[in-house]
Amino acid sequence: MRRLLPALLLLAAWPALAAPADGAGRVPLPAVDAGAGGQCVEPVEFMRRNHMELLLHQRDETMHRGIRTQRHSLRNCINCHAVDGAGQPVTLDDPEHFCVSCHRYAAVKLDCFQCHTGTPEPGVPGVVGADAWSRGLAATDPRGANP
Amino acid sequence: MSGAPIDRYRRRLLGGAVAAGTLTLAPGVFLHRLAEAKPEAEPVTAAVRWGLLVDANKCADCSVCVDACREEHGWDGHGRPRSDAQWIRKVELRDQTSGRQLSLPMMCQHCAHPPCVDVCPTGASFRRADGIVLVDKHTCIGCRYCMMACPYKARSFIHEELSDQKPYSPRGKGTVESCTLCVHRVDAGLAPACVDACQRDGRGALTFGDLNDTNGALRRALAEHATTQVRADLGLDLGVRYRGL
Amino acid sequence: MKRIRYLEIGTSGGYLLLLALLGALVAGGAAAAWFMEHQGHHVTGMDNQVVWGLPHVFAVFLIVAASGALNVASIGSVFGQLAYKPLARLSGLLAIALLAGGLAILVLDLGRPDRLIVAITHYNFRSIFAWNIYLYTGFFVIVAAYLWTLMDRTVAGYAKGVGLFAFVWRLILTTGTGSIFGFLVAREAYDAAILAPLFIVLSFAFGMALFLLVLLAAYQGSGRPVGDALLTRLRNLLGVFIAGALLLVAIQHLTSLYAAEHQAAVRLLLIDGGVVSGVFWIGQVLLGSLLPLALIYLAPFRGSRPALVAACLLVVLGGLATMYFVIIGGQAVPLELFPGMAASSSFFDGQFHSYAPSFPELVLGLGGSALALLLVALGVRVLPFLPDALPDATAD
Repeated sequence: MRRLLPALLLLAAWPALAAPADGAGRVPLPAVDAGAGGQCVEPVEFMRRNHMELLLHQRDETMHRGIRTQRHSLRNCINCHAVDGAGQPVTLDDPEHFCVSCHRYAAVKLDCFQCHTGTPEPGVPGVVGADAWSRGLAATDPRGANP
Repeated sequence: MSGAPIDRYRRRLLGGAVAAGTLTLAPGVFLHRLAEAKPEAEPVTAAVRWGLLVDANKCADCSVCVDACREEHGWDGHGRPRSDAQWIRKVELRDQTSGRQLSLPMMCQHCAHPPCVDVCPTGASFRRADGIVLVDKHTCIGCRYCMMACPYKARSFIHEELSDQKPYSPRGKGTVESCTLCVHRVDAGLAPACVDACQRDGRGALTFGDLNDTNGALRRALAEHATTQVRADLGLDLGVRYRGL
Repeated sequence: MKRIRYLEIGTSGGYLLLLALLGALVAGGAAAAWFMEHQGHHVTGMDNQVVWGLPHVFAVFLIVAASGALNVASIGSVFGQLAYKPLARLSGLLAIALLAGGLAILVLDLGRPDRLIVAITHYNFRSIFAWNIYLYTGFFVIVAAYLWTLMDRTVAGYAKGVGLFAFVWRLILTTGTGSIFGFLVAREAYDAAILAPLFIVLSFAFGMALFLLVLLAAYQGSGRPVGDALLTRLRNLLGVFIAGALLLVAIQHLTSLYAAEHQAAVRLLLIDGGVVSGVFWIGQVLLGSLLPLALIYLAPFRGSRPALVAACLLVVLGGLATMYFVIIGGQAVPLELFPGMAASSSFFDGQFHSYAPSFPELVLGLGGSALALLLVALGVRVLPFLPDALPDATAD
């Protein structure tokens, strides 16, 4: 038993040890095409670590207090990011979907799209750039065309 | 015939002023926008209480409201009527003594004291400050206790995986949902989809407005005719009132 | 009093077979739960009319029985009846196991079982469900502490105090479970205060029946003797509990019938309800109450162990029928929104809702029940829960 345990641990860790360090193993690196526009509403490094915090806070504000600012809204993220290099909308089935590709790489399950659509609204571009919201104004109104 | 000479210039001026005033005011009278849309960054308050009046006398065999809601929120069925979601439905009634027939839409009544809010273990079912009762699907665990508790059978459970949801109306498997009084439209200063459709394509049976606004269209309509609350005995103080029951 | 010696049971071929069988049922339950969660509940018989189905029938039965199973220990510690003291450890183990099985079913049937963390971190204290989460988890802790006082001589002095606390907690827990239905003002079949005491008496009956079954199975299986005097005491208690439950059910329906507004609903449930009415009269009343009473009290069956086992099995069956009648029957009665008017709609207004259980639901329910029994079977193997003998001398 004492010799068995290290052997078992080695066997379990083998796939991680054997994977090439540059990540060119079985899981492809995420395709971080930023989509429409060049600049996100927050700096990239901040978003990488904190996008979930922003989303969690925004969802409670929207649901319970009716606050519908666009900067950190999920709809705005999708409208901007969920497009491919040619600006065409991408669905969740596509492994190069902005959220799906990164989450797949990091092996973190996405819960948002159980309920939210991951496809951008046609004709409604996302609002980009930190400046656009500095005075609460929008270049376009991404609340979409309601009949 | 005596009198001062007619001042044509003055007449033209007055006429022009009246015309200009009418043109300014007319769009406000004919559009269905209620006040201005609430500013995005401002939270809702209890200063407003949204409500609905249904005039059942006008409903008969029309179901425009149901179709509009279905289109707006995307809850068309999967061919399984027992488990398909229905946010609003037409109820056909027949008085068992007199034989009189009646038809009316039934949806979430947006109670002031909602039983669904009382029983929800996680607080996902909640009442917004402006009176709209909603399900926070981020917190809903799908226990369906609110469905047991609702006196109006307003709630539906989603029994299957969904895709292509409307961006302003997220819905997903394993959570509970009901009429949101088109909260996304109300926050943008519009009326709910059913009300708009009824005014446009139906018989104008639905009136939407602010129950706290004594001069608003809804309060004036409620003051004019007798209205009732369904299951008023429960004392829930509903946001939806019916006329013609 | 002769000193009781507690001993783990030994392993045998039959025991391993039992473990395998129970393990297979538990695995089946897990698979059924995965299937229902993955596909969505459209694969079950539950729909927007009957939202709680067979899994809840099993789960509520197990939870109610769990609080009743603790009774035997309470009679020993709290009421000082020495004859029951040797049974206290098994009673505590059974209580924990049954509750675990019931809760497993309940959690796995949720629309979003992955949100259990949300359920235990977000509380709405107006909801009896939220209180129940604390009552159920607290029950585990308290009964575990109680077992500790029973099994560790150094803390044996606390047994009476902890036992009393456990007894009170269990009464509150059963009240809370009955109140899940009792607080539903919207539903005619539920909005009644009598549901709480009814559930308490039902818990006595279900718990005692299951306790007797487990006791007899464990002792028969491990070849240990059980005296008749002890069984007679337990049997008589079971009879009293069954009769009490029957009385409260009769009071519930008769008082409902007195009010004109409820007559239509009672008639629907008891006479015109199809399967639901059949489950009530044949399952709950005949098989679950009258027949066991006959097997317990009538002269030809008095001393017979097979009759006792049959009575207990019938009580369990009747218990499931009772839960079926309460849960499904209560939902089947249509909501009366417009008194004096016949209603119909695309959303099944005005109709007595039908319900047909599906196979995954049954497997989930059986899986949870098997989990409870598996926990007991493993428990008596690894820890000294069972006295090595229960001859008549100890019953006096």
